[in-house]
Amino acid sequence: MTALIGHGAILLAFALALGGIAAPLLLHRTGNDVFRASARVSILGQLLLVTIAATALIFALVNTDFSIQYVAMNTTRATPIYYRVTGLWGALEGSLMLWEWILIIFSGLVAWTYKDRQRETMPWVLMIFSIVSAFFLAVLAFASNPFQTIAPVPADGRGLNPLLEDSNMMSHPPLLYTGFVGLTVPYAFAMAALIVGKVDEEWIVTTRRWTITAWFFLTMGNLVGAWWSYHVLGWGGYWAWDPVENAAFMPWLPATAFLHSVQVQERRRMLKVWNLSLIIVAFSLTIFGTFLTRSGVLSSIHAFSNGPVGTIFLAFLAVILIASFGLLAYRADLLKGQPQIDSMVSRESTFLLNNVLLVSALFTIFLGTIFPLLAEAVTGKPVSVGAPYFNTATVPIFLALVFLMAIGPMIAWRRASWDNLRRNFLWPAVASIAVVTPVFILGIHDFLPLLGIMVCAFVAATILFDTALAVRARRRLAGENIFSALATLARRNQRRYGGLVVHLGIVLIALGILGSMSYSVERQATLGRGETLQVGNYNIRLLGLRAVEQPTHYRVEGIFDVTRGGKEIGALAPALKFFPNQQSPIGRAVHKSTFGEDLYLILSGFSELQNNRATLKVLVRPLVVWIWLGGGVIALGTLIAILPARRRQAVTVSSAELEEVA
Amino acid sequence: MPVRRLAITFAIILPLLALLAYGFFRDPRYIPSPLVGKPAPAFSLQLFSGEKIDVSALRGKVVFINFWASWCPPCIAEAKELESAWRRLKDQDVVFIGVEIQDTEANGRGFVKEFGITYPNGADTTGKIPIDYGVWGIPESFFVDPDGRIVYKHVGAIGPALVEAKSAEARRRIMTTKEGKGEYQSIR
Repeated sequence: MTALIGHGAILLAFALALGGIAAPLLLHRTGNDVFRASARVSILGQLLLVTIAATALIFALVNTDFSIQYVAMNTTRATPIYYRVTGLWGALEGSLMLWEWILIIFSGLVAWTYKDRQRETMPWVLMIFSIVSAFFLAVLAFASNPFQTIAPVPADGRGLNPLLEDSNMMSHPPLLYTGFVGLTVPYAFAMAALIVGKVDEEWIVTTRRWTITAWFFLTMGNLVGAWWSYHVLGWGGYWAWDPVENAAFMPWLPATAFLHSVQVQERRRMLKVWNLSLIIVAFSLTIFGTFLTRSGVLSSIHAFSNGPVGTIFLAFLAVILIASFGLLAYRADLLKGQPQIDSMVSRESTFLLNNVLLVSALFTIFLGTIFPLLAEAVTGKPVSVGAPYFNTATVPIFLALVFLMAIGPMIAWRRASWDNLRRNFLWPAVASIAVVTPVFILGIHDFLPLLGIMVCAFVAATILFDTALAVRARRRLAGENIFSALATLARRNQRRYGGLVVHLGIVLIALGILGSMSYSVERQATLGRGETLQVGNYNIRLLGLRAVEQPTHYRVEGIFDVTRGGKEIGALAPALKFFPNQQSPIGRAVHKSTFGEDLYLILSGFSELQNNRATLKVLVRPLVVWIWLGGGVIALGTLIAILPARRRQAVTVSSAELEEVA
Repeated sequence: MPVRRLAITFAIILPLLALLAYGFFRDPRYIPSPLVGKPAPAFSLQLFSGEKIDVSALRGKVVFINFWASWCPPCIAEAKELESAWRRLKDQDVVFIGVEIQDTEANGRGFVKEFGITYPNGADTTGKIPIDYGVWGIPESFFVDPDGRIVYKHVGAIGPALVEAKSAEARRRIMTTKEGKGEYQSIR
């Protein structure tokens, strides 16, 4: 019954989506306003039906309705209720269902928000949504049906992939999908603008908050993925440059470039074709990512199920690329005639450089990801591209990008004066040298970390220095105290201060990556009971092993007593988890975080013959915790940037802004 | 009409799509054996029959080396097929050697008896031979040409037709860099 309702709802929604595609075309041909309304009704109808289908699937998962194959594959009777719900994105069919659900929620929000506005473009925006939605619904209805039934009904299910039984898995896929899907909004508006031929700044202004929101989810999705990898996979790392990770990260790069370059278009009416191209690329990459993940064309440590969907996604990708860039090329005449950059020392040129770097990073990662394909197509010999390539090629680019975060927000539009440069960058430059000197004296002599710390300090200093000047000005002008001055500044210029806070978050992440990349220590040893392993300042003593029963598995824990510099830290218990349906155990690493470094313990094995002998891998990774804290700061900055604005009253008084006014 | 712009656009997009489509026709997990084309590592093996066989003494002949264990289902699946291939090929200057690894000698003798295997077989007690040959799973088979070079590697069960074809190729010193895969599907 549940299967019937779910599948029926998907089929109906697919029919409605086709109607939603036809309606704007008919409106264009006949001018009859009925079709304007039907475009919107189609979206709202799809929203209702897809919600019914998704709810049906969740209902089936929660009630372990094993007559549905998807449920049987991804839950067991023993699965706790929250993992039954997360089973929705535990495998391909459910993931597509979730994707479509988020997509149609976004579409509904757009249809509702702009119901009386943008009369000309709105039907086309909704048409783009219906096209994307129709694609996903078709896949769900005909290729990868989450409501496929099985007979005879199995007595118990197979259960979720044990690696997904983790609290981070509750948030990582939905965040990432929301980020991916969110990019559909600016893409739809961009395409509608091209169709109508209104290629001015309107679509950019309209979608600004949507884009930032999508970018935020994309950022968080990637960070939580890294966090999951660090906490669950038990290899001590958070990023492996695996094709699937790259697939999730790549859309972030053009999306970030887009967020910056649109400001140039808003302010100077430049880069129109560029911005349209960026959003097409960003959106295409979300589809490309799914293609890559689900087609099995590249070898990945993420063993996702493959099926016919790879081919279907490639076909859809082809349609998107050809139609979007075709439309862009067709409309190129309208996009001609833009102002030239006045000076290489200006905000425009800095943003342009930022874009060039981001797109270079994208190209570098894209090339590395598909290089095995390319190499085999050309030479016939398979090649694998690993982390060293990606690190070597992208670290300088990212470092340069971090450096630009100091320049971009502070430098003047059009042409920066010597005075502007001196005022904004002299003291921060001094501050960065003041930071790096003691670091050098304390014993860090390697070039890359030193340069990295200096750049990070410089960026942080420009931001703090600029904000301090603005706060001082407000205190003089309005007599406010520091906190209300800060609050007023943030409120008056949400976008600027939100952006600056996000930049601070990125600086923290950069520091975390830098520290953990450059100064990690790793030791492995087999210990008997009472024996001690020393790593850095840490003494790790094996107290013993014990077996623990869990609802879905049993685990063997090694209990270790840890001291640091003689001080007791407590007992840590890394474990190996044994799942009944899995041949090999899954590690559960544990770690102790401080602001300075993480101590990370992995139980690699234990002796079954001799009692209480355990093999332990220990990592000491400096500054990792700042990656996660940086994520929190980014969240705060994004909130500042997108919270509903108050009406602007006065000119802001940040130093850079003052100069622009002058 | 902006024909030129459209042409440029498609000139970039279409090859990219073609490349991605090409991905469906290859196996991303395929790794060529670095041993193919190299001289076969020498070893001598104490056979169940009591004799000793030395691979380096077999120059001028095609040698088929098969790594197996009595507990491995694909090895059981291919055992009779290999024996029938041996019966057809033994008069054509092809030498078969079965190397039992990761197993006990008693189990190996039982296996050979159970399937009526008549070609030379012996247990590797040192564990050194499979390491020299980079054996990762069982069964794995190697074809050595008359010059003593490995010309083909096969992972998983192998059928008699392929053994005959590859033996003929080995005699003509034809190399296949791509390693073969068994048809046998294990049930988990």
